[in-house]
Amino acid sequence: MTLAPSSADLQQPVVRVQGLRILFPSLDGSDTVKAVDGVDFEIRPAETFGIIGESGSGKSTIGRALVGLLDATEGVVELDGRTLNSVPRRERRTARQAYQIVFQDPHAALNPRMTLMESLTEPLRIRGGVSEDEMRRKAQDSMERVGLRAEMLGRYPHELSGGQKQRANIARLLPLNPRLIVCDEVVAALDVSIRGEVLNLFADLQRDFGIAYAFIAHDIAVVAQVSDRIAVTYLGRFMEVGPAEAVTERPLHPYTTALLSAEPRPLPAHLREARRIDLKGEIPSPVDPPSGCRFRTRCPWAQARCAAEVPEWRELRPDHYVACHFATPHGIEAPPAAGEHD
Amino acid sequence: MSADAGLVEAATRPSTAAAPLLSVSDLGIAFGPRRGFGGVRVTEGVGFDIARGERVGLVGESGCGKTVTGLALMRLLPPTARIDGQVMLDGENLLKASPSRMRRLRGAKIAMIFQEPMTALDPVFTIGEQIGEALRIHKPVSKAEERERVIEALAEVGIPAPARRAQEYPHQLSGGMRQRAMIAMALVCRPELIIADEPTTALDVTIQAQIMDLLARLSEDTGTALLFITHDLGVVAETCTRMITMYAGQVVEDAPVDEALMRPRHPYTSGLLRSLPQLNRGLGEDGRRSFAFIPGRVPSPMAMPEGCRFRDRCGFAEAGCERPQVLTDVGPQRRARCRRTEELTLPGAVD
Repeated sequence: MTLAPSSADLQQPVVRVQGLRILFPSLDGSDTVKAVDGVDFEIRPAETFGIIGESGSGKSTIGRALVGLLDATEGVVELDGRTLNSVPRRERRTARQAYQIVFQDPHAALNPRMTLMESLTEPLRIRGGVSEDEMRRKAQDSMERVGLRAEMLGRYPHELSGGQKQRANIARLLPLNPRLIVCDEVVAALDVSIRGEVLNLFADLQRDFGIAYAFIAHDIAVVAQVSDRIAVTYLGRFMEVGPAEAVTERPLHPYTTALLSAEPRPLPAHLREARRIDLKGEIPSPVDPPSGCRFRTRCPWAQARCAAEVPEWRELRPDHYVACHFATPHGIEAPPAAGEHD
Repeated sequence: MSADAGLVEAATRPSTAAAPLLSVSDLGIAFGPRRGFGGVRVTEGVGFDIARGERVGLVGESGCGKTVTGLALMRLLPPTARIDGQVMLDGENLLKASPSRMRRLRGAKIAMIFQEPMTALDPVFTIGEQIGEALRIHKPVSKAEERERVIEALAEVGIPAPARRAQEYPHQLSGGMRQRAMIAMALVCRPELIIADEPTTALDVTIQAQIMDLLARLSEDTGTALLFITHDLGVVAETCTRMITMYAGQVVEDAPVDEALMRPRHPYTSGLLRSLPQLNRGLGEDGRRSFAFIPGRVPSPMAMPEGCRFRDRCGFAEAGCERPQVLTDVGPQRRARCRRTEELTLPGAVD
């Protein structure tokens, strides 16, 4: 019933996004908010694809579009080689089951009036065709798989800690044999001290079941550690996509450099690197993004050319792409443009 | 960029031996009935000093008593709270001050910045009116001068077009701008101590960096002391001069920030540092990334263990830890609440 691929097309990406645009009308209807404005990417089987960027950069919108919670205004979202829209309406619910999402707030994601048993069996009940006994057995298996005791199935969400609730949210998905899980700020609400425990669980499940993750978070350090590849979003576009280590250690785009350097480092003064590149101001409105390169209004390197031309998407290192006129494999090569900001 | 040089300098500067600006001793906070079922002690014996101009980070997981401590210093806890101990601000015990005296002190001498500026700002007044209110109450000036001072305060916190912004309502400002407005409000009467409770948690790292730089610079320029309540050890490392770790309602470590990062003296501080994703560069035995964490969770105040409160989660616990632990001096300006602190070499932020 699921879209699990045959062994012949194992190399086929789980997700293939082409020319994705998602537009919303503004509140008074007079304008269009370009939340996602032309992105292309793939997520490979058992890969963790990290997406970072400031609030308003379109990260969460992309995540929702991947699992069919939002429709693309333009462009294509293919899951295991087909779009949800191409699936006959009757089968769509079944077809969607292999592509799941876990949200930031573990408290809001569980129904407070349902026991964990009810919450965990609900997805299978919706799918249908599974006996009550089978559902209960699967719920118990899932609980154990995420490190919760099966006795806890009788409990209500308020009896659980934040970390336990997030485990329960993950446990709900496992009986559906997910191929892709969109993780939208899944550890943001948890204390740093227990995040590692939940992140280790995600890693274990990926290894055991080959699940691909789209890992969306504003916490760059977390994304850097869990991801195989990272995409850096700004105002609805990708600025840079590449292997996690390359993007975080040797970034190509000035925005990535600025984001990384803004992150506070828990190191004593004598071990911290020279100060951050001060990123001036705030992300502009997605109603009317700057012409040319969208980052130019905050970029310390911006030139006249950046306002005139949209930078090309170039592969500067193997599997490492960037949209910046002045990016080279060795860094930015442009004279700093003092006072040229709009 | 001159603020950056100042930052580094401040981080290595020893705090003065003069009388502290704020001296908290034996602060205990409890909620509910005095005796019998339902009474809950959320902090116990909390004590620390803050010198003038010092920037102190108060860290620990949720539920360790950080926020409630900050609110107790401001006397902003609900009447159901029972507070004992002493909070001396410039020689005056705030816990004994009358409500009208507290109203005069709040805003003028001790101010607070909250995490969520949208709920802390009043939606029906302009930003300018709300900042001006603090002046009207504490340092009344003419209307024209008030307006001037408000615009100055907004400019000081880096709000562009301050004269126009002063006339706008909170919903017209972005999250970062609102937090700047909150800071302007806290600063306008030049308080000697600002308590900032997770002031940047809701903001993007880029805006967070701007706000933290701003707070550090203003503290440098005006000599205002800061108490940062935060779970973010990176923010503490970059902004504070000293770090106080709280666990389960007690202070468990107090040290100059760089020393705490390099060589923590309490296993809990060490565990927090090791859990940071920035430091989780290790690979597991099978070559997979593996993240460090502190097992278990903070005990509920209703079921506080006897003896060391961290014992159940501590990798170094042994016989003897079931006895209550005392916060003791373990070096110049360093205190730790662990009987094993002398024998242990605990990993910090650097290997």
